[in-house]
Amino acid sequence: MRTLQFLLQKEFRQIFRDPAILRIIFVMPMMQLLILPWAADYEVKNIKLVVVDHDHSDYSRQFVSKVTASGYFLLNTYTSSYSEASQQIADDKADIAVEIPARFEKDLVKESEAPVFLAVNAVNGVKAVLGAAYLQSIIQDFNNGIRAKWIQMPRLSPEPNIEVVSSNWYNPLMNYKWFMVPGILVVLVTMVGSFLASLNIVKEKEIGTIEQINVTPIKKYHFILGKLIPFWVLGLIILTIGLLISYVAYGIVPAGSFFTIYVFAAAYLLAVLGLGLLVSTFCSTQQQAMLISFFLMMIFILLGGLYTPIESMPTWAQWITRFNPVTYFIHVMRFVILKGSSLADILPQLCIILIFAFVLNSWAVINYRKRA
Amino acid sequence: MEAENIITTEELTKRFAGFTAVDAISFNVKKGEIFGFLGANGAGKTTAMRMLCGLSKPTSGKATIAGADVYKQTEQIKKSIGYMSQKFSLYEDLTVKENIRFYGGIYGKTNAFIKEKTAFLLHQLNIENEADKLVASLPLGWKQKLAFSVAIFHEPQIVFLDEPTGGVDPVTRREFWNLIYQASERGITIFVTTHYMDEAEYCNRVSIMVDGKIEALDTPRGLKETYNATTMDDVFLQLARKATRADV
Repeated sequence: MRTLQFLLQKEFRQIFRDPAILRIIFVMPMMQLLILPWAADYEVKNIKLVVVDHDHSDYSRQFVSKVTASGYFLLNTYTSSYSEASQQIADDKADIAVEIPARFEKDLVKESEAPVFLAVNAVNGVKAVLGAAYLQSIIQDFNNGIRAKWIQMPRLSPEPNIEVVSSNWYNPLMNYKWFMVPGILVVLVTMVGSFLASLNIVKEKEIGTIEQINVTPIKKYHFILGKLIPFWVLGLIILTIGLLISYVAYGIVPAGSFFTIYVFAAAYLLAVLGLGLLVSTFCSTQQQAMLISFFLMMIFILLGGLYTPIESMPTWAQWITRFNPVTYFIHVMRFVILKGSSLADILPQLCIILIFAFVLNSWAVINYRKRA
Repeated sequence: MEAENIITTEELTKRFAGFTAVDAISFNVKKGEIFGFLGANGAGKTTAMRMLCGLSKPTSGKATIAGADVYKQTEQIKKSIGYMSQKFSLYEDLTVKENIRFYGGIYGKTNAFIKEKTAFLLHQLNIENEADKLVASLPLGWKQKLAFSVAIFHEPQIVFLDEPTGGVDPVTRREFWNLIYQASERGITIFVTTHYMDEAEYCNRVSIMVDGKIEALDTPRGLKETYNATTMDDVFLQLARKATRADV
């Protein structure tokens, strides 16, 4: 016990004496939480539009103003030449071209229908799909407006009309920041746990002090605990700072209890620290540890459901996400913060994370012993 | 009366894949002795020393350190030895005092012992003014002396020194050897590797390793007589020239 006390004293001294670590603890969460949620927004805005109007009628102008009034589109060019429009798309100056045919108004009045042509630049798939979908729903709306004007007796409307009204639960304003912030908190805690812990141990290998430790009667578990505990504490400090920032900057107050968040985070940190320890047993230089951690973080984040929903991944990728501890923490954080899930609700995830922690730490300890 | 053996090895061997680093060495070191462990680069000195410290498991052969077996009782060995590796091994981002306190603490010494011994040590090394400075800011020679003092802080029975004076100026080397003599007088057995032949002269007995084997073992005077040489340098050159193994 006394040995551990000496080890912890040494570790904490070194951590708080290292300006790089202090910057990581205080500056990294600020930067990530204050900048990323604004940039990582799923809504597609500022779609550049080029309108080819062959009609120049009242209706065509009404149509264009309705589209631009939606707020999603920027009317870039208003032209009557289709070739100019396609050149604009080719030059990447426009994302979508809308072509209004010459007899647009006449057909609309006489035949009650008129075609509109959309050409979409699909280099950026998300922008193209969402942009076209927005535009189609605006056209639909425009269409309904005209129909209401022309068909005087709505009771005799030839088409039955079902109106769909949705209400957004748990995040009523569909605020993407509320969705992103819990996920970014997870990334922060994961980085501290795996990155910093593995770098710290490998550093001792690099400078040779680990050999000095190995000739002392320090027990393996003392040494490992001496390394894990400081970073476990550090992880919880980062989480606290992160929660504070998300309250101050975005007004996010967890709907669930802090107790639930901290219990899960405590278990989660054990798992990622085990991972960091495991990485350190495979590496002999800090560069190697850095690269491996970086590689793992990329996979964890992209396959963790931070940016893209897991449900829309192919089945084999969904299987991989089950072996990704980040997936569970992101899920739990979103559920506890937005939905107010209780400890009982997240018990399955908690158990899985504890299994992760057990497996990773045991593996690391076994691997560690072999090397010494 | 013959002093008792504190290190005994018998046919101690370490093989790495297809390469015998240490080839069946047998020797004894007596209690309180200053034992010089010489050899060219790559002769297998460091590997042999790592086996004796319990850092590396021997492939075959026998060895006991202060009565403890190198295969089964490594934890017991670790309590009775001190070790100073080729690489400087104090924490540069801790102060002199903090380093001493840390190493004293992990050997289970009491706070009173640590406090008293630290004051003595700082005085002995004449670095009282540097006690609260980071080790990184000390000159190399001071670091080496400090590292040695830390290695024997817990009063081990044996201390292993792996090229402790590499890269250090002659004056500091002299001071370093004074520290070694002082430790030896207190009854600590010194096991030291070096490339400086003048240092070999300071040892009670010297062994010379060539290609993983111990080729010669005697007092410096005895060796010089055997090899009909005037200096240890000569002795070393005669033996080391036989080496066929490339630098490792």
